Amino acid sequence: MNWTAIWVTFKLASLTAGVLLIVGLPIAYWLTFSKWRWKFIVESVVALPLVLPPTVLGFYILVAIGPHSPVGRFYSDLVGHPLPFTFEGLLLASILYSLPFAVQPFAAAFEQVDRRLIEASWTLGVSKISTFFKLIVPLSMTGLVTGAVLSFAHTLGEFGVVLMVGGNIEGETRTVSIDIYDEVQALNYAGAAKTALLLLAVSYGVLLLVYAMNRKVWAVWPQK
Amino acid sequence: MAAEMTIDITKTFSGRAPIHAHLRYEVEASTVLILFGPSGSGKTTILRSVAGLEWPEEGIIQFLSRIWLDTKSGIRISPQDRQIGYMPQDYALFPTYSVAGNIAYGLGALASHDRNKRVAEVVELFQLQGLEAAKPRELSGGQQQRVALARAVAPRPQLLLLDEPLSALDAPTRLQLRGELRSLLKKLALPSIIVTHDWSEALTLGDVMAVMGKGLVHQVGKPHEVFSRPANAEVARIVGVETVVQGQVIEHANGLTTVAVNGTRLKGLSSDAIGAAVYVCIRAEDVVLEQAGSGMTSARNHLLGRVTDIAPQGVMVQVTIDCGFPLTATITRGAVEDLRLVPGASVIAAIKAGAVHLVPRSS
Repeated sequence: MNWTAIWVTFKLASLTAGVLLIVGLPIAYWLTFSKWRWKFIVESVVALPLVLPPTVLGFYILVAIGPHSPVGRFYSDLVGHPLPFTFEGLLLASILYSLPFAVQPFAAAFEQVDRRLIEASWTLGVSKISTFFKLIVPLSMTGLVTGAVLSFAHTLGEFGVVLMVGGNIEGETRTVSIDIYDEVQALNYAGAAKTALLLLAVSYGVLLLVYAMNRKVWAVWPQK
Repeated sequence: MAAEMTIDITKTFSGRAPIHAHLRYEVEASTVLILFGPSGSGKTTILRSVAGLEWPEEGIIQFLSRIWLDTKSGIRISPQDRQIGYMPQDYALFPTYSVAGNIAYGLGALASHDRNKRVAEVVELFQLQGLEAAKPRELSGGQQQRVALARAVAPRPQLLLLDEPLSALDAPTRLQLRGELRSLLKKLALPSIIVTHDWSEALTLGDVMAVMGKGLVHQVGKPHEVFSRPANAEVARIVGVETVVQGQVIEHANGLTTVAVNGTRLKGLSSDAIGAAVYVCIRAEDVVLEQAGSGMTSARNHLLGRVTDIAPQGVMVQVTIDCGFPLTATITRGAVEDLRLVPGASVIAAIKAGAVHLVPRSS
């Protein structure tokens, strides 16, 4: 098995989930509580990666961070090398690609929080941001874990975006799914099977965790 | 400037009658304002606007010298900065916090030593000892109500806002807590606004009462005066209790309580102690009129009186009788003719003991 590819993949998935946990929270909060009438426009943008072919998404990200775009030029001036075909570029693409997998469970969990609890918190003199951390986050814990786990699992299996933005550089952007593809191309089915089984097992395990957590019947049991 | 509360707001919800509330009353240390009206009359919206949870399109809310809302000059004070205690109808206790955690929730500005001391004080005041570690879902309705109130008063607010504080409780608990709430509010020496649609709560708890209907404030005054002297037919319809007089419990016998009202004795149902001051409340449709000198009936109260006023109201007629106190009866036009009622005529008013409602009256 290609352990370097496995390491790169898990590093990418963990960092993506971690960043989305930080970046996704304010987006989900805004999507849930904003009364702006054009909110649906932003909602649709966040959901786009769900329906867009990964190659299309990857293509636009590649163009956006490439040396011909202001963002790409700014980055290469700052760091000294361009963003495409690096781990950082791949991470950025993964974050955008998995955004709905984090934001939608977050927003669904915030939506479930009784508004009257939030109002009660405000009248007790607790600011909106403290209310978020003291009240909304603990009440949305299941949704937050679900969002993080789903974006982790989703990143594990990404292929098209990696190919477009990351390329296939060993130890940098070569992930498990690319590795499997290469093994099959090289007619090494035994190698592909082992790696594929690992990915299947991890993905299934992660989904087991999510569904077990969201089981309503257990809502009372673990506490007492 | 006198210590006053001014509420003068306009708030519109789509599909409902707009709320135009104008209300001003004097506030002393423990003045309790009752916002009284049927559901949909806008009383909760007013309370929420005072709390800063609802933003009227237009108007002013001023509490003592502090302006909380003034749409003309763009003043909008957030609920966090109003120093209020607010208790919504279903209490909204924080499910992830214990009883002590709920009470301490609004005390973030205090050092931990002071915070623990304050929580202990409030726990004692609300008799919640032993429940500090319990989660809200493990509590009874009455305990939840006390925790919600404790949480609201713990940060020492300047004004307490209670939305239907007793309506989520079963009847016996409600009756018991009604009395406790009154003495508690007086002990806290904290002005408060209470939303209710229950006239016995209004009489027990209120110092000032504002009657609301369809988004308008119809009358503001002392509760028993509003009940016995409604400003117009709309108020009379909303409050629904035409006779409210002061009395005193003088005897308990065979499960019935005798009260004296200005020399007249009435039998009703109550558990108040002998000597207790009560409001005697009688709805006009519960009063039956008989010709003087006729026979016995099952009603426990037969009051000989003199007709002082006859006022037609649609198909019914409202007859006021002086039987030691003014009593109002609603009867049909036919009954007025059959009994030959004219001002000055003698008549007997019969009232079942169960229709004589006794509400404790405190100073």
